[in-house]
Amino acid sequence: MSVNDSLVVVVLAQAVLYGTPLLYAALGELLAERSGVLNLGVEGMMLFGAAVGYWVTQSVHGADAPVLVLALVGAALSGAAMAAIHAFLTITLRASQIVSGLALTIFAGGLGLSAYFGAELDLASLPVTHQFASLDVLGLADLPVLGPILFDQSALVYASWVLTLLVAVYLGRTRWGLNVRAVGEAPASADAMGINVTRYRYIHVLVGGALAGIGGACFSLSIIPNWFAGDSLVNGAGWIAIALVIFAFWRPGICLVGAYLFGGLSALPSALQAHGVTIPPEFLYSLPYVMTIVVLVVVSTSLAKRRLGAPAALGIPYVREER
Amino acid sequence: MIRLERRLDQPKWLSVAVPVGSLIAAFAIMAVILAVTGHAPGHTYRQMLEAGFTGNGAFSATLLSATPILFTGLAAAAAFRMQLFNIGAEGQLYLGAVGASWIALKLGDGDAGSTPLYVLAMCVAAGVMGALWALIPGVLRAFANTNEIITSLMLNYVAGFLITYLIFDSSSYWRDVSTLQAQSFPQGKPMPAGAEWPTFGSSVVVPLGFLIGLGVAASLWMLYSRTRFGFEVSVIADSPRAARYAGMRTRRKILAVMAISGGIAGIGGASQIGDFTHTLDPTGLQGAAFGYTGIVVAALARYNPFAVCLVAVLLGGLQNAGFTLQGPDFPSGLVGVMQGIILFCALGGELLIRYRVTISRRARARADTGSAAEPAR
Repeated sequence: MSVNDSLVVVVLAQAVLYGTPLLYAALGELLAERSGVLNLGVEGMMLFGAAVGYWVTQSVHGADAPVLVLALVGAALSGAAMAAIHAFLTITLRASQIVSGLALTIFAGGLGLSAYFGAELDLASLPVTHQFASLDVLGLADLPVLGPILFDQSALVYASWVLTLLVAVYLGRTRWGLNVRAVGEAPASADAMGINVTRYRYIHVLVGGALAGIGGACFSLSIIPNWFAGDSLVNGAGWIAIALVIFAFWRPGICLVGAYLFGGLSALPSALQAHGVTIPPEFLYSLPYVMTIVVLVVVSTSLAKRRLGAPAALGIPYVREER
Repeated sequence: MIRLERRLDQPKWLSVAVPVGSLIAAFAIMAVILAVTGHAPGHTYRQMLEAGFTGNGAFSATLLSATPILFTGLAAAAAFRMQLFNIGAEGQLYLGAVGASWIALKLGDGDAGSTPLYVLAMCVAAGVMGALWALIPGVLRAFANTNEIITSLMLNYVAGFLITYLIFDSSSYWRDVSTLQAQSFPQGKPMPAGAEWPTFGSSVVVPLGFLIGLGVAASLWMLYSRTRFGFEVSVIADSPRAARYAGMRTRRKILAVMAISGGIAGIGGASQIGDFTHTLDPTGLQGAAFGYTGIVVAALARYNPFAVCLVAVLLGGLQNAGFTLQGPDFPSGLVGVMQGIILFCALGGELLIRYRVTISRRARARADTGSAAEPAR
């Protein structure tokens, strides 16, 4: 047995695979939260993105690459459309961000629009036609240890690395990024500086939704290329992505690390079972959820100590005349 | 130009008119979606009304569907009142079902006269289990300041795996292994006859669980609007800082409110066992998403316990109709879409309760501000 078939390498390679949807969704949520809007609808937006992405691959015929790009565009647009509802309710109508986000997850999720959409178009009965294949980058896929982890992944993975870098540079090194942070920390001051708070919030919530949609499409086009009715496709990844943003102290680079940590936990059950470990699977399946709680507890106690925290205006609607 | 002015006092009639208006708006939006996807909205709505309310035996079935979401709705309302977002009613209900079925099986076959004993024991066991499960996020929130939204939600998944494990992947106390058939198709042990909760009425059958839910709603209202505890909860909700200065013990309140909320959801699990399934059924419990529907119920009722009862019956009717009508004619997911739209409309309508919307022409608005500024100079 080569080293690349060992449990550790398999889990690490799968960690990158399973971590990628988390990374997209978490980066999207991070952008929205940095602008001061908490969106708890990630789970719903992801599932709807997964459904629409899958539908596009079914209804467009052609070579893999253009069809898959189109599918991602479709997933992004559908995620953004869902986010637009949340943006309108919370930014324009000043509704509670928490309740609106929960409503979005119920509306778009496995018992709502995604199921409706999937059933109306009979997605579950359609066979897979296009999916993201792993690329053998520079012919290094057979490299011991690093090969399967870094060089044998799909284009979605490499694009997510570029995206992480872009988001980090955008937030930390550009004028717009500075404005976003101002809007999230002190909207009244930002407003006084002439920054359009409403516009910034809308844009970032929509982009966040688009990225959640792409994250969902990672499931239906790459990890489990298929569509099932119900919740089981995304299965809580949206909620883990929200936790990930807290874990990452609202910083994109740490999101990348955290995504692979949780991706590894999601990959562990099937890898262990393949290696003949006989722990009841339910305990293994609970692992990512339990670990999310553990990580959150550790982070929230240290957050308090180090005075690192959420954007100050997170969750608070901005009303010019009531500041 | 549209302007929003904060209302100084919120008229009573608005808090009735706005939810009703939201409902009408939601049904109108849904009609458009139905029409666009090639279903006749009028026909679908008529079918839903019949299957949910007016048909033969429909209202009894609706009350049965309304019972679990009445409990989860009250659970959500109890916590949301304090700005404590317990969205773990789903898992707390599962744990309640586990506790209730455990005690009922322990008590074994009693004589039929002991049903009140079973009901009491099941409610207590379920309430305790639900409260303990809810105290996990409660303790974490109170002492580690961990966001209870995510922790309580994560525990829903864990609770789901737990009940699946109990029936499908172990030979636990709850699993029926008495026959060969039950060994190959895993199912829970049937409850003893005494643990079947009675029903009341003949033309409209009211399950005992629903009545218990009404009692819980009344007690919750008493607790929140007639006691010192309830007053402190509302102060903490409105202004945590003021509450701290006044010496209110926020941590204890968090723990108490989470325990109450989880306990109510847990009793919902007992009612599922006693009123409906008469066995621990992981697939049925997880498919129904009672906990999430409870959030819709609570939000639509604006966290008022009595309104929760009404809304639960309404959404119970919707769920019952969805269950009865499922098939090619009635798209799956319609119920969730409807719930989402109703909640969106209610949230949008909230604006009308808190703000007065005035529409004035831009030129006149300018003139107004101009004349108002004049005397100041």
